[in-house]
Amino acid sequence: MKAFTYERAVSPAAAAQAAAHLPGSKFIAGGTNLLDLMKLQIETPTHLIDVNGLALDRIEATPEGGLRIGALVRNTDLAADARVRRDYGLLSRALLSGASGQLRNKATTAGNLLQRARCPYFYDTDQLCNKRHPGSGCAALGGFSRQHAVVGVSDSCIASHPSDMAVAMRALDAIVETVLPDGSTRSIPIAELHRLPGDTPHIETTLGAGELIVAVTLPKPIGGKHIYRKVRDRASYAFALVSVAVIVQADGSGRVAVGGVAPKPWRVEAAEARLPEGAKAVTDELLAGAAPTRENAYKLTLVERTLRAVLAEAGSQP
Amino acid sequence: MQRGTEIALSRRVLLVGTGASMAVTAAPPARAQASAPVEPARSNVAITVNGNRHDLELDTRTTLLDALREHLHLTGTKKGCDHGQCGACTVIVEGRRINSCLTLAVMHQGDSVLTIEGLGTPGNLHPLQAAFIEHDGYQCGYCTPGQICSAVAVLDEIKAGIPSHVSTELTAQPEATPAEIRERMSGNICRCGAYANIVEAITEIGGSKA
Ligand SMILES: Cc1cc2nc3c(=O)[nH]c(=O)nc-3n(C[C@H](O)[C@H](O)[C@H](O)COP(=O)(O)OP(=O)(O)OC[C@H]3O[C@@H](n4cnc5c(N)ncnc54)[C@H](O)[C@@H]3O)c2cc1C
Ligand code: SF4
Repeated sequence: MKAFTYERAVSPAAAAQAAAHLPGSKFIAGGTNLLDLMKLQIETPTHLIDVNGLALDRIEATPEGGLRIGALVRNTDLAADARVRRDYGLLSRALLSGASGQLRNKATTAGNLLQRARCPYFYDTDQLCNKRHPGSGCAALGGFSRQHAVVGVSDSCIASHPSDMAVAMRALDAIVETVLPDGSTRSIPIAELHRLPGDTPHIETTLGAGELIVAVTLPKPIGGKHIYRKVRDRASYAFALVSVAVIVQADGSGRVAVGGVAPKPWRVEAAEARLPEGAKAVTDELLAGAAPTRENAYKLTLVERTLRAVLAEAGSQP
Repeated sequence: MQRGTEIALSRRVLLVGTGASMAVTAAPPARAQASAPVEPARSNVAITVNGNRHDLELDTRTTLLDALREHLHLTGTKKGCDHGQCGACTVIVEGRRINSCLTLAVMHQGDSVLTIEGLGTPGNLHPLQAAFIEHDGYQCGYCTPGQICSAVAVLDEIKAGIPSHVSTELTAQPEATPAEIRERMSGNICRCGAYANIVEAITEIGGSKA
């Protein structure tokens, strides 16, 4: 690990300001992704701003009937919150399918959203990777790409976004709230938080320098049947090859978001309109324009079949 | 990369693909990010471990795991992968189990840490320690301190009503069934494969046989 100086932030605005003014600084929350990457010198911050003391660890009801989840709420606490379990079961299920009990006890809402790719070539500093070293090339393109994304990818990067939680939040239309270095605030629909790689895969979000996530807000519950199905190489403690999040209403309408297949949690509202036609129609629309490699083309079939199983479980589709 | 490495690669990428990277990072990365070198910085932190307060002055890079082992000489907590993948470093901080390798010691100002040394002693074992012996819940024993700290917290999490991936009802009180224990213990890897006996040991202490 490279040496760094360390401070405990005293307020969100001060944290944002410090981060914007000190080049090479990073926020640290649970540390479960950042420290992993720092040990490998994939991340080399020279200054860490510890945001754990900022009292952003509460879940509060909003006047609109939704929930405001503090950026520092631990994944365990969010999954176990009685209101989340009752009204946003999709989110509890997605969280509980991710990582391990130990990691969920540390991992935070904001850190989970901003966790970086799990591409093995990104993790191996001997390999070429446009995300680590812009312009160096992408070893995954001609390499082993079984785990990689099939849609939203570019010739520069095919890494998928690894978060389970983010897929559920995308289906729930979450809003990310931030504080900027000048003290002002911003609300970002989760659909607009993560960027597609294009030719700048090292720029992963639309957050500005020093911009601090303070909360994620969920709109008021929409009811329906919530199912999160994660398909992976073993039954627990593994990242998704494919995950499917659905909320299905009694009349058969609903929402569909998928994970493991794109550089961001993937949802296409036009695909949801085709739910009455069944899983194939929805998948065709959802993954339109997919550019899989030989090794990950199986994900197109896997999404369709997983969606079919999930819709059957929801009792809405043959 | 040769085709022949496919199996090795797909095994290591199962979780996160860091296994092979660990081997190469002893040497500086070929193209290190451009950032001015920083002198090692030190910071003070007070941590209570197994009831004893310690005032430490540490390199900011020191993980909680290294503070416990290298500075406080509490070597019961083990370093396995050092990347949060194996669970050997599991300790209980402020009542919750975490991977001590993926957290910095300086981030634990004022915290209370419970390690395997604080759970029980050879003459006065914690019930789970006794159950692991009774059920042969290990072979080499390297993962055992992490397994036991994790198990202690798992039983508390079930009592607290925290659901898991295998809980059929999100809103029901979970029970310490073998299926629940297997899922909740999945962050603790045992390379000897003593899993069946580990689950038996934990079920005996917390469990319902369902
Ligand atoms: C072995 C292993 C298995 C895992 N398996 C899964 C899995 O199956 N599914 C899954 O979804 N995840 C998985 N994870 C990833 C885990 O969910 C993330 O590591 C965790 O959610 C990151 O949260 P954190 O608080 O620890 O983030 P940190 O490591 O503290 O931070 C991550 C990033 O977010 C930035 N950041 C943190 N807080 C803020 C803020 N408030 N505002 C702006 N920026 C901020 C940091 O600067 C950093 O860049 C796994 C991790 C490990 C180690
Ligand atoms: S897929 Fe993306 S993260 Fe992986 S090697 Fe290519 S550029 Fe890097």
